Amino acid sequence: MVAYVVRRLLVSAVVLVGISMLLFTLLQLMPGDPVEMMIDPMSFSGDRAAAIARRREQLGLDASLPIQYVRWAGEFLQGNLGFSYSTSRPVAEVMVERLGPTVRLMGTALVIGLLAGIPVGILAALRRNTLVDYGAAALSLVAISVPSFFVALLGIYVFGLKLDWLPTGGMNSVGGGGLVDSLRHLVLPAGILGLALAGPYVRYARAAMLEVLGQDFLTTARSKGLSRRRVVGRHALHNALIPLVTVVAIQIPVLFAGAVVVEQVFAWPGMGRLALEAVLARDYPILLGFVMAIAVLVLLCNLLADVAYAVIDPRIRL
Amino acid sequence: MTEPLLSIDEIVTEFRVEGGVVRAVNGVSLDVRPGETVGVVGESGSGKSVTMMSALGLLPGHGRVVAGHARFRGRDLVGLAERELERIRGREIGLVFQDPMTAFNPVMTVGEQIAEGLRRHQAGLSRRAAGARVVELLAEVGIPAPERRARQYPHEFSGGMRQRAMIAMAMANRPALIIADEPTTALDVTIQAQILDLLGRVQQETEAALIMITHDLGVIAEMTERVVVMYAGRVVETADVDTVFHEARHPYTRGLLRSLPRLDHRVAELPAIGGQPPNPQALPPGCSYRPRCPLNQGRDECLTRPELNPAGRGHRSACHFHAELAGLTGGVE
Repeated sequence: MVAYVVRRLLVSAVVLVGISMLLFTLLQLMPGDPVEMMIDPMSFSGDRAAAIARRREQLGLDASLPIQYVRWAGEFLQGNLGFSYSTSRPVAEVMVERLGPTVRLMGTALVIGLLAGIPVGILAALRRNTLVDYGAAALSLVAISVPSFFVALLGIYVFGLKLDWLPTGGMNSVGGGGLVDSLRHLVLPAGILGLALAGPYVRYARAAMLEVLGQDFLTTARSKGLSRRRVVGRHALHNALIPLVTVVAIQIPVLFAGAVVVEQVFAWPGMGRLALEAVLARDYPILLGFVMAIAVLVLLCNLLADVAYAVIDPRIRL
Repeated sequence: MTEPLLSIDEIVTEFRVEGGVVRAVNGVSLDVRPGETVGVVGESGSGKSVTMMSALGLLPGHGRVVAGHARFRGRDLVGLAERELERIRGREIGLVFQDPMTAFNPVMTVGEQIAEGLRRHQAGLSRRAAGARVVELLAEVGIPAPERRARQYPHEFSGGMRQRAMIAMAMANRPALIIADEPTTALDVTIQAQILDLLGRVQQETEAALIMITHDLGVIAEMTERVVVMYAGRVVETADVDTVFHEARHPYTRGLLRSLPRLDHRVAELPAIGGQPPNPQALPPGCSYRPRCPLNQGRDECLTRPELNPAGRGHRSACHFHAELAGLTGGVE
């Protein structure tokens, strides 16, 4: 297992180099020029073209693309992700600052999604072709197909504006703090993201459970006189969870990307909003840092899925 | 004569399918006395397993017993509360399934799966004591290194070993009846003999009755005392094993026997029963075997359903013309 993980990490490193080259190139191909934006044409007086050229040289952007990449990669390996074009702060510092809020939001949303989606999916499978099953299917369809920005706005309108139960933006109240205040700020964004996640989880859990419910070993378990509760709870559930673990682990990066919208709507100071801000400001170092972080996350989550698979399924040996 | 241990009486079982219901078992009766070995033989789909599963309340969700009884030690298992059935399954009746590959939970150790049945029925049996008993059981069914094997998962077992573990599981609580549903069908021929020997030995040691469901007449000949032949959801013939092999009084049984390969006759091609088993959704009216039957010859009697009539001592046949088979040996052309 350890050897497998080490081998996978080494392969991941190679993959990461490829991804970084690709991303680096793609970002250069994006329309818009950050240097043009730095030298404001309205307020700048004098030889603007010369100033742009000078700034380009200062930033090292006059070099050819491969040279720029090698320089960036060299710094990257030393833990320096560069500096933000717009705020001049180190990218790593900005990202670490934004990571905490995002993890808080994502983690809560994931837990909500799992706790809501998997039991409902399992129940739907056990009560197949009944009202429970159809209800679960309808709810999951709504959760999957209604865009989260719409649900978010609806949530803000109902719970924030009309009922005035919950805050509608930010992580904490201004000047305020404390656990209760933080939790209250978390309810709407994490709840909405969580329910959006629960939609597909219902589907996956139902399918996985139905697959298991038809298997012979459940009849064996019943032939031993085990109660239905034990047959379902012990024998069926464990087997149904195996494919679910993989699905959930692989989807974590998707969740990360999906947070961009919700973070924006709820003014959540996380990575998703950082990325959006970076795109609008042509802040390439930040953007590159963000997409690299996503790439690392994808690779890690795939590894995590495989390891988790091996842990819960004795037939898999890594 | 001793009271039957299990008395299945006119069981009718139906399955809901797309576009209606299928009657998989249509009025099957059979008795098993304590310690006796009964063979139930028939083609795939003849209703052998479904009859047993009906009696035990182990039908899949779309199956339902619509009529009949299954009295076990004086209690009717049909319509018995699930909780009561749970107390009988695994404790008084043990089951051995056909395919040892799929009959074990892949993510639990073999030991855990056997211990689970022990602890279910023996209140107060500690985990440790159950574990020790599992090792004993595995040793009894001839599994080497039982301590280590108990901690292994099903995929680490060979097919034969898995079937041995399955038998250990079925006999764990010393049931009065073991039902073996095609226990050797999924195994290599060399392993089949070992498993049959083991089942016979277990039966002798525990004095359990054994119902052997099979489509293998060799298994019937070797293991059983009494035989029930099933065709298209009905019993067509029942007799003791010698009678079935030497004086069968149903053309279907004769057909089965004729299609057995024999060592003392060299034949160019094994004679098979012509035609196909009938579609249970569209059984021919009258005798279900009529379209394939050499005795039919367009006779009107075959258009009415034959009852299971006496054809000798302890011998019953559901053929209008079973008397014509008396004295004839071998198959019917």
